[in-house]
Amino acid sequence: MLTFILRRAALIVPTFIGVTLLAFALIHLIPGDPVENLSGERGMDPARRARLLHEFGLDRPLPIQYADYVGQVLRGDLGTSLTTHEPVLREFLTLFPATMELAFFAMLFAVTVGLPAGIIAALKRNTVADYAVMGVSLTGYSMPIFWWALLLILFFSVQLGWTPVSGRIAVEFDVPTSTGFMLLDALRAGDAGAFRSAVSHLLLPTIVLGTIPLAVIARMTRSSMLEVLREDYVRTARAKGLPHWQVVLVHALRNALIPVITVIGLQVGLLLSGAILTETIFSWPGVGNWLVHGVQSRDYPVVQGGILLIATIVISVNLIVDLLYGVINPRIRHG
Amino acid sequence: MSEVVAIAADVPAAVPGTLREFWQAYRQSRGAVVGIALIVVLVVLALGANVIAPHSPYEQFRESTLAPPVWHDGGSARFILGTDPVGRDILSRLIYGARLSLLIGMISVAISLSLGVVLGLIAGYVRGLTETTIMRLMDVMLSLPSLLLAIAVVAILGPGLINAMYAIAIVLLPHYVRLTRAAVIAEAAKEYVASSRIAGAGPLRLMFNTILPNCAAPLIVQATLGFSNAILDAAALGFLGLGAQPPTPEWGSMLADALEFIQRASWVVTFPGLAILITVLAFNLMGDGLRDALDPKLKR
Repeated sequence: MLTFILRRAALIVPTFIGVTLLAFALIHLIPGDPVENLSGERGMDPARRARLLHEFGLDRPLPIQYADYVGQVLRGDLGTSLTTHEPVLREFLTLFPATMELAFFAMLFAVTVGLPAGIIAALKRNTVADYAVMGVSLTGYSMPIFWWALLLILFFSVQLGWTPVSGRIAVEFDVPTSTGFMLLDALRAGDAGAFRSAVSHLLLPTIVLGTIPLAVIARMTRSSMLEVLREDYVRTARAKGLPHWQVVLVHALRNALIPVITVIGLQVGLLLSGAILTETIFSWPGVGNWLVHGVQSRDYPVVQGGILLIATIVISVNLIVDLLYGVINPRIRHG
Repeated sequence: MSEVVAIAADVPAAVPGTLREFWQAYRQSRGAVVGIALIVVLVVLALGANVIAPHSPYEQFRESTLAPPVWHDGGSARFILGTDPVGRDILSRLIYGARLSLLIGMISVAISLSLGVVLGLIAGYVRGLTETTIMRLMDVMLSLPSLLLAIAVVAILGPGLINAMYAIAIVLLPHYVRLTRAAVIAEAAKEYVASSRIAGAGPLRLMFNTILPNCAAPLIVQATLGFSNAILDAAALGFLGLGAQPPTPEWGSMLADALEFIQRASWVVTFPGLAILITVLAFNLMGDGLRDALDPKLKR
């Protein structure tokens, strides 16, 4: 088991080096150099330009610059935002809990709805229920979620006035930040009004971000269940006279879940992609929104640092999923 | 040798039969037929936009800004789906937008498919250090969420429709490389490849003429699904202001332009999104149908 973990973990080193190369290249591939971009429209006299280039270390050979960059990254120094003059890492860490809170509830929504829907579709194969689940999930899978968000806002916020349009909590509440997760912070503060407000702000973004994973999970669960239900051990369980629910939930579902869990793990990248759009629409103060602003305001340290950090998260989560999969399925471990 | 030539000459005669057989399999799924029908309609709209669209996509009818669709109170048959905040006909913009979306899909898939097939063939055929380098690079690209990678590329190249296409082509690339490599490794071990090599075929001929055609099925399916990803990502980039720039009638940027009018005139938001959804859905339906028809092993 230990060799499996080590072997699998060693594989991410080249990937991580590649990601730092990409983030490093980003700054050097943009048209004009960073100094030129700092100077803006008016331009800069050559002497000052040369001095600044030297100051930033940009006049040295690229491999040395890259080594320096990796050194800085490993020390946790990701540069300073050009717009807020805050360290990029600190900004990211302040905003990341908001993204995590949103992603967590989106996933929870996707699993609690998608899993039963997939099971029902598989059990009632080729009935109206099956077609409905499959139709809805295909639509969800093809959904431009930024438009879906607008439709939900139009209906629930504008027409019915049930949910707020943007932000994490209403302005009148002042919840002290301790965990960075608004729901937990409101609970800890014991402020029921703030908690309700935070929940109502979370509802629509959760549905929007959870839609595509929901569709994927429902489809995957259905096909995986259909496969397992044909297995001999399921027939044996039925032949033993076990009740229907026990055959389905204990014998079939547990085995059908293995591929589904992998798919859930692989949704993390998708969730973060979706978070960029969802956060932008709902003005959710997370890292996706921050990154889009970074690109729009040409704040390159933010873009560079953000890409590096998000990629690191995705790589780590994929590693954890792989390891868990090895724990569940010995064939992978020894393969 | 003459026997080989004779067998080779027989192959084209079998093609219509294969096609008919394929259509028989494809027709099994009602969804797939709906998908291909929708795509035909979209292609006709895109090609005939100049004739079909009632107005120019850029002409501003200043006397009727935010006119509602024909079935609303105050709607007129002149603007069937209403007009946008500066008085442009939404239906005409959507029809021209179909042209853009299909073009985006076609160009990004063409770039990434051709590049991906070449890289995948090299990785799967040459193996060794070359393979490791290519595949690790693809792993890096896959470790970034697709939209994030596209945004990174746009951050380098600058916003715009053409750069968005490049960005999407880069995002799609790893899928084709992995698929081609896996298929090539599986095929290269087979006897027909060995016999072709013994007959004196060079590496290029082996890669492109012998192996590649036998890897086509999964690539065709992936290319179709790539179309829907490309259209969706291009619309997302347009929506974020990083793709097509106004006044281009691109569906995503149409949505972004209309955002502030969502309360007063919901139709400026509803129709462009519906157009994206229908198009993406059509390609996904076709992709699913193709997968079932081309690859019985993957059948649900």
